[in-house]
Amino acid sequence: MRLVRIAFVAAALVVVSSACTPIQPWVKPFEREHLADPIMAFDRNPVSSAYLDHVFEAREGARGASGSAGGGCGCN
Amino acid sequence: MRKLLALVLLLGIAPAFAGVLPEDRADVLYHRYQGGGITIDGPSVLVRKKIGESFSVSANYYMDMVSSASIDVKLSASKYKEERKQKSLSVDYLHGKSTYSMGVIDSKESDYVADTAFWALSQDMFGDLTTVSLSYKRGWNDVFRNVKLADGSKTRDPTFADQADSRGYSVGLTQILTRNLIFGFNYEVDEDEGFLNSPYRSVRFATPGGGFQLEKEIYPRTHTSNAASLRLKYYMPWRAALDGSYRFYTDTWGVIGHTLDMTYTHPMWKKWIFDGHLRYYKQTAADFYSDLFPRQGSQNFLARDKELATYDAITVGLQASYDFTIPRVRWIQKSSATLRIEHMTINYDDFRDATRTDPANGIVAGTEPLYKLNANVFQAFVSIWF
Repeated sequence: MRLVRIAFVAAALVVVSSACTPIQPWVKPFEREHLADPIMAFDRNPVSSAYLDHVFEAREGARGASGSAGGGCGCN
Repeated sequence: MRKLLALVLLLGIAPAFAGVLPEDRADVLYHRYQGGGITIDGPSVLVRKKIGESFSVSANYYMDMVSSASIDVKLSASKYKEERKQKSLSVDYLHGKSTYSMGVIDSKESDYVADTAFWALSQDMFGDLTTVSLSYKRGWNDVFRNVKLADGSKTRDPTFADQADSRGYSVGLTQILTRNLIFGFNYEVDEDEGFLNSPYRSVRFATPGGGFQLEKEIYPRTHTSNAASLRLKYYMPWRAALDGSYRFYTDTWGVIGHTLDMTYTHPMWKKWIFDGHLRYYKQTAADFYSDLFPRQGSQNFLARDKELATYDAITVGLQASYDFTIPRVRWIQKSSATLRIEHMTINYDDFRDATRTDPANGIVAGTEPLYKLNANVFQAFVSIWF
C-alpha cells in the first residue's frame, strides 16, 4: 500500500510539473541539418508523385491518406 | 474518374508546408502508362510562385490522352480514344506558424465533367517539431455516356445523364523524432454519393451450356471510405534516405486494402540522385463483386470491375535525377532533369480472362485462366527553381 501511495504521489508530481513546464524541442534548429537535406523531403517532386498516386488509385480499390502533412521540419 | 480528382488534390494540399511557403519552381513532365491494352500519355505542367512574403500561388495543367482496348473494352465495347484535360489553381497564405491553403480543380472529358474545391490548414508547433494539418474537399461531378454514330464519331447519349458528389476530410501529423528521423501520420475519410459506377461496364452471368451473357453493372449510390497511413523517413549515415510507409484502407463496400511502400534515395557523383522504389498492395473484393454471377439480376448490386476484385500487386521502380546549371540565366537558381520508370504486376485472384471462354473446347465460363496485368509507367520531367 505504501508503494502504491508513493507511485501515486510521484505520478502526480510528474503531471503537475509537466503542466507547468513548456515542452522543449528535443531536436534543436541547429541539429536539423540532415532533415533539411532535399533528399529528406516527404515529397521531393510533387508533380511526379501526384501522377504516380493517380496511376495507383485508378487501378486500386483503396484511396486516400497518401499525402503528407507537409515537410513540417521547420528546417528552412 | 472520381479518383482522378481525389488524387490530383495532392498537388494542392501536400505543398501546404506550415511555417514555410513552398519553393518557387516549375516542372514540365511527360507521362506514359502502357499495359493491359491501354496506353495513356500526356503532359503535366506545374508552376509555383511566391507573391510577397505571405502568399504563394500554384497552377497545374494536366492532360491524359487515352487509347484503350482493355479486357473490359474487348468484352463489351469497342476500342476508343479519349482525352481528359485538367486545370487547377491553389493559393497558400502564411500567417505566423499557420498556412492556409485553398484551391479549385476543373477536369473535363467528353463524358465526365468534374469540379472540386478544397481548403487546408497546417500549423507548426512545439518548436517546429510538429506539424498538424486539416483539409476538406468537395466535388461536383456530372456523368454522361457517349454513343457511337454510324459514321464512327461519338456523341453524348441523350437518354443518360447523372451526377456524383464527393466530400473528403483529412487530418495529418508530421513529427520530427530525432535529428535523423521524421514520422508522418494521415487519416482520411471520403464520401461519395450519386452515380458511382461506369455507364459502360457490364457484369457477366452464367447461361446453360457453360457460356455467359452480359448485363449492366449496378453499384450502391453511396460509398464511404476510411484510410490511415503511417510513414517513417530516416537519414542514413552516408547521406542517403530510407522512406517506408504502411496504409490501411476499409470502406462500406467491403474492400479492405493494405499498402506497403519503400523508397531508398542515394545521391552520387555530386550531381546525381538515384531512387529505388518497391510497393506492395493487397485488397479483398467488394461485397457485391463477382467474376460470374449465377443468373441475370441475381442481386441488387452487381460489379465486375477489376478494381473491386481480390488481388495483390507489386511495383518496382527506379528514378535518376541530374542537377544542371543553365549558363547566363541568373533568375534560375537550380535545375534538374529526371527519368522515372515503374513496372507494375497485378495478380487477380477472382477475375478471369472472359475473352478466352470456349465451351466447345472445355473452357466454360468460370474456368478461364485468371487475369494478370503487367504495366510500365514512364515519366520524364525537367524542374527549375527560381
